[in-house]
Amino acid sequence: MLSLEGVTYRYAGTSRPSLRDISLTFGDGEVVGIAGRSEAGKTTLCLVLSGLAPRTVGGSLSGRLLVDGSDAAPLAIHELAGRIGIAFASPATQLSGVAATVYEEVAFGPMNLGLPRDEIIQRTDEALTALRIEPLAARDPARLSGGQQQLVAIAGLLAQRPAHLVLDEPTAQLDPQGTRLVGEALTRLANGGASIILVEQKTDLLAAVCSRVVVLDAGAVARDGAAGDVLGDERLSSLGIAAPASVRLRKALAQAGAGAAQLAVLDEPLR
Amino acid sequence: MAGPSPIHRLNPLTKLLLAAVSTILAVVLGGLVAPAVIVALAVIVPALIAGILPRLLRTALLLSLPIAISVLLVNLLFYPAGREILFQVGPIRATAEGLGFALETLARIGAISGAITLFYLTTPPAELVLDLERRGVPARLAFVAIASVQTVPAMVERAAAITAAQRARGLDTEGSAWKRIRGIVPLAGPVLLGSIAEIEERTMSLEARGFTRPGRRTLLWSPPDSGTQRAVRWLLVAALPAVVLARATGWLPA
Repeated sequence: MLSLEGVTYRYAGTSRPSLRDISLTFGDGEVVGIAGRSEAGKTTLCLVLSGLAPRTVGGSLSGRLLVDGSDAAPLAIHELAGRIGIAFASPATQLSGVAATVYEEVAFGPMNLGLPRDEIIQRTDEALTALRIEPLAARDPARLSGGQQQLVAIAGLLAQRPAHLVLDEPTAQLDPQGTRLVGEALTRLANGGASIILVEQKTDLLAAVCSRVVVLDAGAVARDGAAGDVLGDERLSSLGIAAPASVRLRKALAQAGAGAAQLAVLDEPLR
Repeated sequence: MAGPSPIHRLNPLTKLLLAAVSTILAVVLGGLVAPAVIVALAVIVPALIAGILPRLLRTALLLSLPIAISVLLVNLLFYPAGREILFQVGPIRATAEGLGFALETLARIGAISGAITLFYLTTPPAELVLDLERRGVPARLAFVAIASVQTVPAMVERAAAITAAQRARGLDTEGSAWKRIRGIVPLAGPVLLGSIAEIEERTMSLEARGFTRPGRRTLLWSPPDSGTQRAVRWLLVAALPAVVLARATGWLPA
């Protein structure tokens, strides 16, 4: 379980806090989507949840980050690395730059954690398989496309097997198939008990994989509830978020005069 | 990990030491013959075996051309001890002594750039990092060394992308020298700021991947080494001070 208790965070050199009195709890096995307009505080929330802010980023933080019920303040960043994983939107900066192959890049995190060799190999193989990027294993990570690099970065994160996963727009450079693979991998991880916090502009992905969605606005929590309720809320667009395609389709059909029986078709799984 | 040639497959430390010893000997011995012998034995022959001679010559030339031109012009035209005039343009006199000194310096530059280029073209940075780590060099130190080497091509790539983006929006970066200089101003800001932002995000990413954890990392593999290579390395290390001493005492002429 990952919790924030009354967290207010301010970047160094700024007077206005980027996060204001945030209290949220992310349960084990829960996939929580974070949405909001630009500068709503989504990336800052990721940095605070991963422990990078203020440890690496600087700035000042009040309130507490709790990891599995314990205050994270006394923990060093490398101690948090094995428990909380974070992925950013830009793939190139997430690659180590010192790995000659994709395989070594994915194994980079577990190698840093000093895990036994056999376990590193097992984790790396599993992460590559989960995202179906085994054919890239021998390739140079620097020579991959942006989307492939992002999958490699996420595979590296999966290989660390953190109990808590924070993902800041991880599918920004992915095509629909890559996005679907990431969604499937996240669902599998959540089923294994990991708590997953997913910042995404793609509300379709949030609707597909999240059980709960939190909307941020000006650094504060504006909405927090079941994914269906939050993403189906009429006021979503006023918070700078586009509704998922399924919600927009339902609305369009209702406006065109479709009845309840016809709308119920949308709830049936695709065959 | 198998490389395409015996030179590629050499241990990175052997190649690093070869480049370092070639560089030091070229500087210490000077003259024309010694750097030429170094280029032939420690650069041309290995490059032929590695099958990279044309690429090496091209890269080494690009690397050393700006400094080579300035060395040639300055020494040829402004050598203070020059007496024998080759030709004169106004008050500027090109001298034979200046030409001789310039050629000796160029020979050293050629040997140094050739040795460094050979190492660069036959050694993946990741292999050097792994080998240094295996020998007990802290991972952070090895990483900083590699990151420094990789900074230049990364910034060149970023500058090219930003130039293309700004050209697409109408910025004129071609034509007269003045136009080109003016074109640098809107390029420098994004390149520098972008690089700083990238370094910050890369730092965060490395920390989140446990890179700052104290203690040894687990290495999945390390570049192969051999008794012969170890012997050659010790021989190079032992020969270096002997040659330097012989040169300093005048036993070994220039």
